Amino acid sequence: MVGQLILRGFIVGIVAGVLAFGWAKTFGEPAVNIAINFESAQDAAKAAAAVAAGKPAPAEDPVIFSRTVQSGIGLLTGMVGAGAGLGCLFAVLFAFANGRMGNLAAGPTSVLLAFYGLVSIYLVPALKYPPNPPSVGEPATIKYRTGLYFLMMALSIASTLGALRLRRLLVPKYGNWNGSLLALLVYLVIIAAFFVILPGINEVPVTFPAVTLWNFRLASLGIQTVLWGSIGVMFGYIGARAAAERPQ
Amino acid sequence: MATDETSVATSVSDLPLKVAIPIREIMPWAIFGVLIMALAYYFVGAEQGATSIFSGMGVHEFVHDARHLLGFPCH
Repeated sequence: MVGQLILRGFIVGIVAGVLAFGWAKTFGEPAVNIAINFESAQDAAKAAAAVAAGKPAPAEDPVIFSRTVQSGIGLLTGMVGAGAGLGCLFAVLFAFANGRMGNLAAGPTSVLLAFYGLVSIYLVPALKYPPNPPSVGEPATIKYRTGLYFLMMALSIASTLGALRLRRLLVPKYGNWNGSLLALLVYLVIIAAFFVILPGINEVPVTFPAVTLWNFRLASLGIQTVLWGSIGVMFGYIGARAAAERPQ
Repeated sequence: MATDETSVATSVSDLPLKVAIPIREIMPWAIFGVLIMALAYYFVGAEQGATSIFSGMGVHEFVHDARHLLGFPCH
């Protein structure tokens, strides 16, 4: 039964990955290309300065894949890979949630889960550590930044699970509306505390075009919304079907 | 097809509490599902960045654009 759901989640995730690729190609790639041109110009200026100072020019990064491959099949592979992984996780979450969210039917359960997933796994970590285009970010701090990003993701997921649990405890006492708002308030205070406690990162070069950075981050939000949104809606249909097929 | 799906959705919304799958039935699959997700996220989001299983930059460079656009820290 759950295996069936996971298989369906996997397929839904692949389709969602293809849709996210379409969004990424249309709205993300223009910003990525501007950022890469910016990076090349920076590198060229650095190399020219080094040569002028009588030092050897720094070695250029070797080209392993062309930009055509990176922005085509590479981008598609990444999106489909992430989508398939998310689809499998989503199926498990759906298995836990379906029939346990009050009177909610399979479709709304699925969409609500996708909303929680988007907020917890992407939006909250991204608000603290926003996505950056190429040429933003010191290669030397990659371990530090990756560690903090995944830490923020873990804290965010734990906070959502905790708040949902808290809501369950508060609702019988304070009613549906007040109990839910109280749990939401506690959640927001905890997230705000993490935002304050964890160190900030800003490695955006001062001369980097602001519009490109904005467009890139907006595209990233769009891609993740397409990914989670399409998984939520498609799984609403497929999951409902699988749940109905279950022998009672 | 469309009518079929509507009727499934209706029957599910009629019986929302009876469709819950027992937790102990989900648990082994949950580990499997989380593992697949972690593996996919690791290779798309972090391999040959902060940590490397394979040497070189092939994986990193191939999924480069997706890694940036999905919001993972990258070089």
